[in-house]
Amino acid sequence: MPDSIPADSVGLVSPQSLHFDTPLALESGRVLSQYDLVYETYGELNDSASNAILICHALSGDHHVAGYHTIEDKKPGWWDNIVGPGKAIDTNTFFVVCLNNLGGCAGSTGPTSINPETQRPYGPEFPIVTVADWVNSQALLADKLNIEQWAAVVGGSLGGMQAMQWAVALPERLRHVLIIAAAPKLSAQNIAFNEVARTAIKSDPDFHEGYYASHQTIPRKGLGLARMLGHITYLSDEAMGAKFGRELRHGSLNYGYDVEFQIESYLRYQSESFVEHFDANTYLLMTKALDYFDPAKHFGDDLAKAVAAIKAKCLVLSFTSDWRFSPERSHEIVNALLSANKPVTYAEIEATQGHDAFLLPIERYHQIFKAYMQGIAKEVLPA
Amino acid sequence: MRLRTDLQIINSWIPESSHVLDLGCGDGTLLTALQQRDITGYGLEIGNNQITDCIQSGVNVIQADLDLGLPQFADQSFDFVILSQTLQAVKRPDFLLEEIIRVGKQAIIGFPNFGHWQCRKQLALGGKMPVSKTLPNAWFDTTNIHLCTINDFEQMCTDKHITIVKRSIVDHAHQDSLGIKLAPNLFGEIALYQIKRSTI
Repeated sequence: MPDSIPADSVGLVSPQSLHFDTPLALESGRVLSQYDLVYETYGELNDSASNAILICHALSGDHHVAGYHTIEDKKPGWWDNIVGPGKAIDTNTFFVVCLNNLGGCAGSTGPTSINPETQRPYGPEFPIVTVADWVNSQALLADKLNIEQWAAVVGGSLGGMQAMQWAVALPERLRHVLIIAAAPKLSAQNIAFNEVARTAIKSDPDFHEGYYASHQTIPRKGLGLARMLGHITYLSDEAMGAKFGRELRHGSLNYGYDVEFQIESYLRYQSESFVEHFDANTYLLMTKALDYFDPAKHFGDDLAKAVAAIKAKCLVLSFTSDWRFSPERSHEIVNALLSANKPVTYAEIEATQGHDAFLLPIERYHQIFKAYMQGIAKEVLPA
Repeated sequence: MRLRTDLQIINSWIPESSHVLDLGCGDGTLLTALQQRDITGYGLEIGNNQITDCIQSGVNVIQADLDLGLPQFADQSFDFVILSQTLQAVKRPDFLLEEIIRVGKQAIIGFPNFGHWQCRKQLALGGKMPVSKTLPNAWFDTTNIHLCTINDFEQMCTDKHITIVKRSIVDHAHQDSLGIKLAPNLFGEIALYQIKRSTI
């Protein structure tokens, strides 16, 4: 808990919720007859609604980007170092929106919600939603908030994919897109990691084919294992080495199979805390959304053709030690944008922290982010 | 702000509404000036601080290493490719020049002339690697690893079937003089060339 709310924080914030009862046709062919979207906003929308920024969250993120829900909160929102008064996404200038994506487990309709047709939780019956479905639902939220055009859509990792999808699918509705630590589609290796995570969850005896809620249990072991694996891929060897090395918990080896190295202890702690607030069916769904994302597939696998419709100016950022979505994956996006002659800026940030770097306060990263956002402010705010 | 004289010359050589690629674009000064005449394009730059400067100026900049060539760009995709004061700092100037001629319909190359009399004097009489206003670093810490003279460059153009459309040879204050006109390789400090692939 902070002793007091820091001056550069958005302060105490409350999530809001909107109900949608117009059926949403999903990419899978299924239809979500009604749903709720939970979101948070920071800053104020100006009269011409020109200063709105949408932040798209990644796999385990949610709508709580910045600030605190209560003064007792141990931590602020997940991207508090980027969003706030005077920060890169300056809430004195911009009106910031972030929602929990459909299929999530932080308030928006998802597997843990009650299915109005059965009056039971959806569980595994919740339809798989894709990045394109998320963007469509985010656009409906924008309509309700009277935001015709975002000044920018911003996202890292899976959030960066949503940002890219916005630019491709709804080109008139954003002026800028910030695609950070992302990829234009998953590689076989990425999908393989996701499949191991899913297998871990599905093979937990407490999974019950996804109906664990009706057995009053959760697949702790499987979900925890999935999270451990994910976590390893978010860090770099170097970052892990620097943080834990081969440090032992109790000073000496005891030649058994219990936790001995600090890294083991850390991973267990991470997974144990994760399983208490994250839903296993949502995890399965999110990994599928990642696997399916491939905007070039409708364009003969030609990414340059896929991005041809983009009207937004693009900023693409990658991190040198990110091996989950390496700089080379960002180059694919940049090269497609260059081929299509789109306005694009690309920077590769030197960072040791791996994929996680996009969430961390790295000086050069934040400098670039801020400089770019200030450019947007100049463009969209009345002089 | 007044544009450096060599950049002014480059600016004057590029027609309005051209599409350009500025290699080693630094803080984006030239691209910013070009944008005022509806000239679009990208800068390529490797330096971290310069990238931030470009973003602050609203220039489209791509962080990239010129030693890797220009594989991200299609053949003849720019009206002009500009390489100002950078040719001498790359690992393989010949390879980069081929890449430049591949992606640009025309190119503008600017480099410090190592044939300048002061360079010759320092080497001939002092027996030491030349240091000058245009080439201020010692041999061991200079980024200029492939220095050449005006004659060397023109020879390479001939060998690579590159046509010199025009050239401008100036001193370090970017001024022309009678000496430079008469003996450019002896009195010229900075050389600027507009080149294109020869039609065979």
